[in-house]
Amino acid sequence: MEFSLQDVDAIIDQWGPTPASLLQIMLDINHRYNYLPKESIDRVAKRLRMPVSQVFGVANFFKVFSLTPRGRVIMHVCTGTACHVKGGSKIIERLVQEVNLKPGETTEDLFMTLETVNCVGACASAPVVVVGDTTYSEVTPNKVSALLKGLKEQEAQRS
Amino acid sequence: MKRLNNIQDLDALRQQILEQRKSIRKRIRICGGPGCHSGGGDRLIEAFQGVLEEKKVAHEYMVTQTGCHGFCARGPIVVIEPENIFYGRVGLDRVPEICERSVIGDGLVEDLLFVNEETGERITRERDIPFYAHQERIIFNDTGLNWSTEIDDYISRGGYSALAKILSGMKPEEVIEEVKISGLRGRGGGGFPSGVKWESCRKAHGDIKYVICNADEGDPGAYMDRALLEGTPHQVIEGMIIGAYAIGAREGYLYCRYEYPLAVKHANRALEQAREYGLLGENILGTDFSLDMFVNRGAGAFICGESTALMASLEGKLGEPRGKHIHTVEKGLWNRPSNLNNVESWASIPLIINNGGEWFASIGTERSKGTKIFSVVGKINNTGLVEVSMGTPLRKIVYDIGGGIPGGKRFKAVQTGGPSGGCVPESLIDLAVDFEQLKKAGSMMGSGGMIVMDEDTCMVDVARYFLNFLVQESCGKCVPCRVGVKRMHEIVSRMCEGKADASDLEQLQTLCNTIPEAALCGLGKSSPNPVASTLRYFRDEYDAHVFEKRCPAKVCKPLLTYEIDTDKCTGCGLCRIKCPEGAVIGAKKECHCIDEELCVRCGICIENCKFGAIYIE
Repeated sequence: MEFSLQDVDAIIDQWGPTPASLLQIMLDINHRYNYLPKESIDRVAKRLRMPVSQVFGVANFFKVFSLTPRGRVIMHVCTGTACHVKGGSKIIERLVQEVNLKPGETTEDLFMTLETVNCVGACASAPVVVVGDTTYSEVTPNKVSALLKGLKEQEAQRS
Repeated sequence: MKRLNNIQDLDALRQQILEQRKSIRKRIRICGGPGCHSGGGDRLIEAFQGVLEEKKVAHEYMVTQTGCHGFCARGPIVVIEPENIFYGRVGLDRVPEICERSVIGDGLVEDLLFVNEETGERITRERDIPFYAHQERIIFNDTGLNWSTEIDDYISRGGYSALAKILSGMKPEEVIEEVKISGLRGRGGGGFPSGVKWESCRKAHGDIKYVICNADEGDPGAYMDRALLEGTPHQVIEGMIIGAYAIGAREGYLYCRYEYPLAVKHANRALEQAREYGLLGENILGTDFSLDMFVNRGAGAFICGESTALMASLEGKLGEPRGKHIHTVEKGLWNRPSNLNNVESWASIPLIINNGGEWFASIGTERSKGTKIFSVVGKINNTGLVEVSMGTPLRKIVYDIGGGIPGGKRFKAVQTGGPSGGCVPESLIDLAVDFEQLKKAGSMMGSGGMIVMDEDTCMVDVARYFLNFLVQESCGKCVPCRVGVKRMHEIVSRMCEGKADASDLEQLQTLCNTIPEAALCGLGKSSPNPVASTLRYFRDEYDAHVFEKRCPAKVCKPLLTYEIDTDKCTGCGLCRIKCPEGAVIGAKKECHCIDEELCVRCGICIENCKFGAIYIE
């Protein structure tokens, strides 16, 4: 999505330009662009009358924010305890092998970002993988390979 | 929606809702909890409605999406009232049949019923299934009954009557007294008596005070707060309104993890509905009491579950904790008195007010009152959310309710309390689970995660897992946590790789003793717990890793070697083709062998061998 200051301003106005809204504003910007564009950090700091360093600090501190563009598909592999005990690390190993990404990295063509998450609260279905709004339950290395294949096909159709 | 101007309006509304429902023949409850949702339960509600509309009988039935029923292992779950027929693992294709036989008709779909494996008997009613029969569901009872997005449904079952009760004549001090009598202790992990906390906050100086709900459920393996907030958001909100009345707050915040989008959505919707009815906002139910509340999303930091860090993050600062020389009940959010409680604690309040503190105090043990919700997950048959009274033996939770370990494996330990907790070994299986006993066993209650581990789990690897988690999640403010935990992680990693020696064990023990003394916040102080408790109960496994360079549970890869059984190998060559590293050598039809130098221990050869000829040494 194309960055525009109007959109950022609209998000800021929705929450109100006060420091108390900082996290909510940044979450919405991060959700909109899949990362926090540099310009947006400057804008937020200016409108909320906060030092850029503090806004940047918050952006750096919380795990959900990314300062670099992320993929169109963000695959979250759960590494919570229940998922770990049930073999969640094997899923990451398989993904590392297949897409050649380490957790936190994005493919060069911005197709996919691989991320780990510390628990999505679906422990009964462990191990789980979350893509967008969909939670995939009882995932095995083979299932995740199939899922990846499906996502790649969708991507091919898109372009 | 009509605004309720007094308590009589609320009663009238309840009567009106019940009256409207008299024409409903049956109610179909479809679980919308995280387990069922990911198993395909989200499409069931439309499917049921579709079938009933097609048959032109939709007006006689009520299809509701409820919160978590708890029995996630059997999801997606469908329950049909009034008989409470329980159907598990319901697929979309079974919907027409269920409608025909059990909704419109009064029969059963036999093969979807729960089967008691011991007796072979089919169980019809939800309550009779051992998983539910052994529980004591109080706080978590409504979650599986409630239409999670409808305030009317909550009101129909007596919702907001506790609020009406306090507003019709209870003084704030009396509310606090009731909570003190109940003996409720913070369910987020600390276990501090809630009534005492409320009282200090009420007495603290300041005109503006806040109530805060901690829904930043960061402990991996625990999801009861998510289930409560998604299933019965009004129960939590009602508790918070009562709390605000008692301490004298006019503003409240619900701090929820962004990883729980549905909980955020439901909580926001619930706040909106409560505002429309005048249960929030100016002059609640026509009284002088005013309060408004807001949902704030967290941004993926475990440390923000700590009260001072959470409040810092609400102020738009880094989520770093501060020393608690001055408590948050005196100087919390924006330096004003703030009362923070966990989701489960807030959800207990309406029940305590309605039934009285004495009633709540009659459940549980001497110093731990009431019930506790546990998420029983990991290597266990009946994964799910379980509510039992405090002091229930661990054996009952693992075997009677949890149904034991899958695949006939041996039970090894239960990990409780999340990354700051510890392991309870098999020898303590009869431990009566409450705050004191868990602490005595070297673990803690935490938020109530119970991760069951069997003989295939390596305890050193588990300790490494938690340390890795803590290294990542340490906020970095104080040195003992930032550097100390990192050193512990390095040592334990060396053990898993077979590169450790005896001095490492000693060093580990020293760090376990030092960090709790010196760290700033509760999370830092408890960070060595996963190592301390595994060292205490599973010293033999550490010794095997350090001295014999051996992993007894066969988990730590660098300590394993893959071997081929010369008697069983037929030389089919499948493993040679599948091996990504080219580590399997051998001519066709002759016994193969594995080159240990090249082998990366990925296990693909074992998965593919049809003769079971490959084993781990």
